[in-house]
Order: sequence, then structure tokens, then C-alpha cells
Amino acid sequence: MSTPIYVQEVSLRDGMHAVRHRITPEDVKRIVIAADEAGVDAIEVAHGDGLTGGSVNYGPGSNSDWEWIEAAASVIKNARLTTLLLPGVGTIEDLRRAYDLGVRSVRVATHCTEADVSAQHIAAAREMGMDVSGFLMLNHMAPVEVVAQQAKLMESYGAHCVYITDSGGRLTMNDVRDRARAYRDVLNDETEIGIHAHENLSLSVANSVVAVENGVYRVDASLAGHGAGAGNCPIEAFIAVANLSDFKHNCDLFKLQDAADDIVRPLQDRPVRVDRETLTMGYAGVYSSFLRHAENASARYGVDTRDILMECGRRGLVGGQEDMIVDICLTKLAEREEAAS
Amino acid sequence: MALSPTRKAKVAIIGSGNIGTDLMIKVMRTSQHLEMGAMVGIDPDSDGLARARKFGFAATSDGVEGLIALPEFDDIEIVFDATSAKAHVVNAAALEPYGKRLIDLTPAAIGPYVIPAVNIDEHIDAPNVNMVTCGGQATIPIVAAVARVVPVAYGEIVASISSRSAGPGTRANIDEFTETTSGAIVQVGGAKRGKAIIILNPAEPPLIMRDTVYALVDGGSRSLEELTAEITESVEKMVGDVAAYVPGYRLKQKVQVQEIPSDQPVETLLAEGETTRPTHQVSVFLEVEGAAHYLPAYAGNLDIMTSAALQMADRIASSPKEAAR
Repeated sequence: MSTPIYVQEVSLRDGMHAVRHRITPEDVKRIVIAADEAGVDAIEVAHGDGLTGGSVNYGPGSNSDWEWIEAAASVIKNARLTTLLLPGVGTIEDLRRAYDLGVRSVRVATHCTEADVSAQHIAAAREMGMDVSGFLMLNHMAPVEVVAQQAKLMESYGAHCVYITDSGGRLTMNDVRDRARAYRDVLNDETEIGIHAHENLSLSVANSVVAVENGVYRVDASLAGHGAGAGNCPIEAFIAVANLSDFKHNCDLFKLQDAADDIVRPLQDRPVRVDRETLTMGYAGVYSSFLRHAENASARYGVDTRDILMECGRRGLVGGQEDMIVDICLTKLAEREEAAS
Repeated sequence: MALSPTRKAKVAIIGSGNIGTDLMIKVMRTSQHLEMGAMVGIDPDSDGLARARKFGFAATSDGVEGLIALPEFDDIEIVFDATSAKAHVVNAAALEPYGKRLIDLTPAAIGPYVIPAVNIDEHIDAPNVNMVTCGGQATIPIVAAVARVVPVAYGEIVASISSRSAGPGTRANIDEFTETTSGAIVQVGGAKRGKAIIILNPAEPPLIMRDTVYALVDGGSRSLEELTAEITESVEKMVGDVAAYVPGYRLKQKVQVQEIPSDQPVETLLAEGETTRPTHQVSVFLEVEGAAHYLPAYAGNLDIMTSAALQMADRIASSPKEAAR
């Protein structure tokens, strides 16, 4: 019996981190057309840190969210136009503006223990008539039973779906299985579960498959794995495995391969792959979007990128604390000076 | 004329949560011109109300209406509101006929913004003043310190607080936090556009409040060294001014000034219609350790908010106009 899944393409949101939030509205259109024609269920568009994430801390976008969303909305035909909102960064006002531009689905993202800051935003999105998901980031940082209770809170605010969001690419396959089952145990039958994987430990496809085998319906994936850190679950590889695993979806494998290789990969100014830096992120459990900021700071202050990332993990930094990367470098330099004197 | 040492203005605190309770303790321990009149909550079992009763202060769990009904109400001169943005709108309307001075610690922002180190004397006579947000109190002095040296095209602040120090009011007011803080970055800080970001971090042991201020500025004809020296001097002086009323407020790292790389698309951050591209980015890293009056020292966010409100109330109480009452 085949298992139905819902595939959301995230290269125009998570993938923004990979290109430092720099992409032309023309390229946004090319990707949306290709993903839409290849049969994905939803396409997410926003700055990597969600609506109005453009900032000094996270990197200014080459364009506003509104320009990107307008571009996407002008060409999308079948897929659901989706966006992301991080309470504390973007606001309900921003979400209304996105809705006015044609967005009909949103993920409201919080750290995996802070679900209650999303209550206002989830309720407001429901009032607008949107499809709403809760997005529990850095899921590995809290025990299974804690994140399951947080998922339950998001459901109580009105979320149609709650995600296991592995922002650090730190979950192993057993971890994903346990989390999917724990979510399923506490959530109402009609509430869907989603998986958002990162490739840092080279497990994104495997984790997404395990998730589906344990009750997950929505799967995040991106063309060429375009995303933060070592990237997200590469959609073309995932769909190949989905076909072999008898998952029911509407995607065309070869069209996705073409879009990945011909459109998305050429946009990357740093390869999106498992290498010493991105593997270290998965190993240390660091929020994947820290990668390029850590590399920049490393070049500027002469501190090894991996030392920065390990310290981010040691300090227990959560999503959004990119400012602490430079703080870490300055602290290490001061220690060095002290040791030398 | 300042108040005579014996005459102190009586205050009421609405909101018996973390902020209100910390404020009560500060009124008792550190204020020069204030004394507690009443503590007001809505939860009869709240720790703040229990403490107020233990200290012997009038207390009510019937909200603002309960306060107005108290026999002590007539003697109250200043009312602090430490509830939530929505509740403050209701409370301010209920108190309006009685001519009390309101100090609003919610992000409701009915009255003008006050950041003591920057503009404490500007709104001394306003019936209702707003204390912006904890993140705003920590960072806007720095934006203003940069803006008195060079034009600030864009000011951005990132406030990271311990999850444990964020009560239900803070959590239900995240949008109001970002909107109010952004507004005050412009109005009080002097930036042309403002952005505020707040992060809750659940790490154990809890992290001390951290705040980072970024400013995109026009350095004019100054060299990088001159610019860095001038901004550093101004920021260090301002840190001293804030630390005078928040002892745990400190500069965590040297002030960082760098040229904005030519490929950085900062124009998407500027105010609408702004055409001049800023030349430099200023980054200031702060830490705020609390005085641990109520919550432990990690809750610097609590401390800076209540300390700022107390500064304002002390100033109002010691102003000649108030002394004449």
C-alpha cells in the first residue's frame, strides 16, 4: 500500500542562506516555474530567516521579501505558495503583507522549547484562512518528550501540521524515528507531521525516509539540496528513493534533476555539500545558517571556522544568535593575546 | 525644589509578575523619592502579591478596578504598569480621570518613549510615559551614542534573553516588542530606520542577557582609525551613564568598526527614499547582568527595565512641579 506524502520545495527560503540571501527575482521565477512544473506540492519563498529577516545580523537580502514573493506569485500555477515567519524577527503585519501578495501557507518557527511565542502568529494566520504549520527548530536540543509537548502546544494554537525541524542536521535516523512517533502519540489524528532535514551528517534523505515510515506526511526538500549548512534534503535524490519506496507523490524525477543541475547549482557561490565545516555543524549541533557568517568571521579575525562552530555548540546558541559568532572570535583573540603576554 | 528627605511619593504597581515584583523590591531598596503604596495583580495566588502582603503593602487581585477601590488609592501619585500591551490600554483608560502619573513598562507605547540615559528630562511632565522594552533600554543608548558622532542610516539591535526570564506577558507580546523597539531606535536613538530582533535561549545554566547593536553610518571624511576612536569614546561614555543606574551593564568587547563591503546589498535595509549609501558598520557587544533583586543575575532584561522605570519615577517625584503637590 503506497504512503502519501506532501513535498515542499525550500530552495527559495532555506536556500537563501546558501547564497547569502542574494538572488534576483528573475532567478526566483525560473526556480518556481521549474519546481511547479515538476509537481511539488508547495514552494516556500522568503529571506532565509523568514519574512523581514533581511538585517545586518543575518545578512541583507539583495531584494525585499515582497519582491521575491511577487516574482514567485506571478508564475506559480499549481503549487501552494508558502512562507516562513520567525516571531521575534518578523511580525503578523509582515504576514498580512505576504498574504496580500498571494501567500496562502506559512510555517511559524520557534526554538524547539519556545512554542508559546508562536501562539499569536499561528492564530492570526488561521484567521486569515491560511494553511499553518509550526516549525520546532533545532529539534535535537531538547528531549523527545519535551518537543512532543511543544508540538502539542502548537497544535492547540491552531497549527495544521508540526515539523521536526533538524536545523543543525544533528538528528540520526533513530532520533527521527523516536521524534516522529512521539509527535504522533500526542497529536490529534488530523494534525499532520513534517520533517525538515539538513545534510550535515549526510543523513537528510535517510532521515526523511525514516520520518515518512513513522507517520510523517510533509517532507521539506530542495533542488540540489540548496540550503543552509550542507544543505537540505536534495529533492531529486529523495524523490528517487520515494519512488523505490512506494511513496505516493506528484513529482517528476527527471524534471527535478534538470532543475537542480541546470538552474540551482550554478547559482551557488560556495558549494553546498558535506565538508569539514558543514560536517562540524552537524557534529556540534549548530544552526546551519551560521555557516557563512562563521566563515566570514574566520576570514576577518583569523579564527578557524571549526573552532567557532564548536564554541557555538558549547555555548548552546540557538537560531538567530549569529551576532555571537563575532563575539566568539573577539573572545578567542583576547584569550590569545593574554596567553602571549 | 527637591522633595524633603521625609516626603516620598507613593506608587502603585499593576502587574504582579516578574517585572512588577522586581520593581517592588527596587522601590523598597534603592529608590530615593518613592515608597510602595499598593501592589495590583489579577492572580490571587501570584508570588508578587503574596510578597507584597508579607511586606505589609496594600494588595489586590482585582486588577485596575481593585486598585481604584483601595482606600490607599487617593494617596498614590505614580502608577507603574507592568502588565501587557493590551492590558495597559485598558488600565490607562480606567486611570485617566484620576490624574495619576503613569509609567508604562509594557510595549503599548501610548505615551512618549523614555530611555533615561538619553532623554529622561524630555517628557518629565507627560501624563503617561513608555519605557520601550528591555532590549530597547539596553541598546538604544548605544544607537544614540553613535548618532551623536555620525549620521546613522540604520540601527539594528539583537537582544538575547534567557527563556526563564521571559514570563507569559513577554511571550505574548513578541510583535509589540519588535515594533516598539524599532520605533524607539528611530525616535530616541536617532537612526533613520530601526530593526529589533529578540531571541529566547533556554540554555542551562541560564545565559546572562546579551545585546548587540549594529549601526550603518556615514563616516564622512574620517579615516577608519578616527571614526573608530570617536565612536568608541562616545559609546564608552554612554555605557558609563547607563551603568550608573544598571550596575551590571557593560561593554563585552571592543567597539568594532568596519567598512561596508561594496557587494553588501545594505540598500535593502534603509528607510524608504534613502539614497545615500552608508560607509561603515559599527558593532557593539553588550552584556547586562541583573542585580538579582527578584530573579537571579541572568535576568538582566528584568533589571534594566525596572531600573529605567525607577529612574524615571524618581525623577518625576523629585521634580519641582511634583514637590509642590
